[in-house]
Amino acid sequence: MGKVMLEVKELTTKYVTRFNEDVYAVDHVSLKIEEGKSLGIAGESGCGKSTLALSLMGYYFSPLHYTSGDIIIDGVNISGMKPDEVRKSILGNEIAYIPQAAMNALNPTQKIIRFVEDVIHAHDPKKSKKEIYDMAVERFKVLGLPPEVLQRHAVELSGGMKQRTVIAISTILSPKVLIADEPSSALDVTSQKMVIKMMRELMEKGFIKSMIFITHELPLLYNVTDDIMVMYAGQIVEKGSAKEMVFDPVHPYSKGLMGSIIVPEAGTREVKLEAIPGTPPNLKNPPDGCRFAARCKYAKLECRTYDVPEKEFRDGRMYRCIHDVEYLKEVYGRDE
Amino acid sequence: MSEKMSENKVTIKKGDSVLKGVGITRVFGYGKSRNVAVDKVDFDFHAGEVISIVGESGSGKTTIAKMILGLIGVTEGEMYYNGQPRDISSHKKKKEYWQGIQAVFQDPFSSFNIFNKIDDLLIDCINLMGMKHKSQEEKVEMMTEACSFVNLKYAELTNKYPFELSGGQMQRLMIARIFLMKPKILIADEPTSMVDACSRATILDMLLKLRDEIDMTIIFITHDIGLAYYVSDTVYIMEHGKFVESGSAESVIITPQAAYTKRLISDVPKIHEEWDLSTV
Repeated sequence: MGKVMLEVKELTTKYVTRFNEDVYAVDHVSLKIEEGKSLGIAGESGCGKSTLALSLMGYYFSPLHYTSGDIIIDGVNISGMKPDEVRKSILGNEIAYIPQAAMNALNPTQKIIRFVEDVIHAHDPKKSKKEIYDMAVERFKVLGLPPEVLQRHAVELSGGMKQRTVIAISTILSPKVLIADEPSSALDVTSQKMVIKMMRELMEKGFIKSMIFITHELPLLYNVTDDIMVMYAGQIVEKGSAKEMVFDPVHPYSKGLMGSIIVPEAGTREVKLEAIPGTPPNLKNPPDGCRFAARCKYAKLECRTYDVPEKEFRDGRMYRCIHDVEYLKEVYGRDE
Repeated sequence: MSEKMSENKVTIKKGDSVLKGVGITRVFGYGKSRNVAVDKVDFDFHAGEVISIVGESGSGKTTIAKMILGLIGVTEGEMYYNGQPRDISSHKKKKEYWQGIQAVFQDPFSSFNIFNKIDDLLIDCINLMGMKHKSQEEKVEMMTEACSFVNLKYAELTNKYPFELSGGQMQRLMIARIFLMKPKILIADEPTSMVDACSRATILDMLLKLRDEIDMTIIFITHDIGLAYYVSDTVYIMEHGKFVESGSAESVIITPQAAYTKRLISDVPKIHEEWDLSTV
């Protein structure tokens, strides 16, 4: 077992609306990532994927508030830190974050090298410009980006190039955890592949120690990450290795998600797409019991009354459903 | 007015050619900035067929869609609608043309007038179909039927504004509009690229159900090859304004011939085959 890079214990965070209502978008989430591993987070829009990413950084600003739980990065608990402290000592060198439209974050009036200087100066104000430039050129070369990019402005670069540049800049301090929130969904397939290839290289060359990859595009997740976690209404409903999750999902919700995968491969045309009926619950007042019960084909009366705990049934496999694995397998087999 | 129009309508059977283009070309700009967006393309779409036009950003997919819709002019070439040369020279004729051809766009929020309530948006469709004279009760009945087709409840939507709905609901409302209009041809320009995989399945299901019900021709404009493979009968692959390959979905996507198609397909992440990252 490798060294644990990131450990999250029962993390709960909430949004406070302007009417002072609490919305728990991340509800008692626990996860663990070892060195050299990557974790994918999948789920519908609004299930709390992006909120979890923001919460993991420990950098809270209104309306997002920390409620309880621990975030431990390489042995250091950051959950109680003040935002200023987090920005100075955690962001960039311990944990890095790439938002979806990261490429739009580049100020068009500045050359790319200025952003690199910004990142490094936030942690080490004494470093000279020459040192930073050499460091950036070296890192860009290793990642297959032309070093000339450093002297360009953002508007001179294509979308895919900008995205790769942003990734290179945000990982320049070799963070322990990289959180990528839909880093490639605004790009076409070829640029997407280049971004993914670069992220793989970052992992292989040890520039980042571990990665959390968030997307709703399951075939992509399957190809990029070691493990996949499915979120629903702020909770984790299933966790397992990528292969097991795609080909052998246990939770009815994961089963539904995997049923919506479309890939251009022979024979997949005949398989009927399964859409999950209904919409996710409103988290302002989440339903009692299992949150998926209202949309679940296999829900029983008990599902709506008792809270379902996370159940571990095999090494590293966990799910949150009242039914046994054997029962679920049987009903899936019957339905097919 | 409605009776007059129905008289003029040509009856088309499943499999007949509904829209045909010969040597369609569109040029933007002139002189140094002359840019040929669509370069002498030919196509023939049949009734009840599902077609996908696949290509990367900037390949000219949306330009073709706009020309088919009659939103922009055709620089060169002829378009035939229901077997006759298309005539959209006057506003009246355009209106008539749009009764048979409709579109769903990528961003549902930009397709609605934000100052109009949902009811008005749907009533507009009914009016455009030449049913302005119908009573309010009949209109409400039609709207209720359309909403229930897309699993929405009319009673919950009435008196609401577009921004009060979620993206998935809006996209389904777009389909409700199509249900009311019952066009012969539907152009779906990236209809699912803003929604997650789950809502994508719902929306595709609804569109295909609609196709079966009214023998509508659907033209998907997309960069998602998986989607093209799943829904379409015929696939056209587009590169730099030209069709580089076309044919049945099975033949084009499973056994691609053109180098461009091969590259495009190899760039999509798959789950049964190895995804080769070394090719970029």
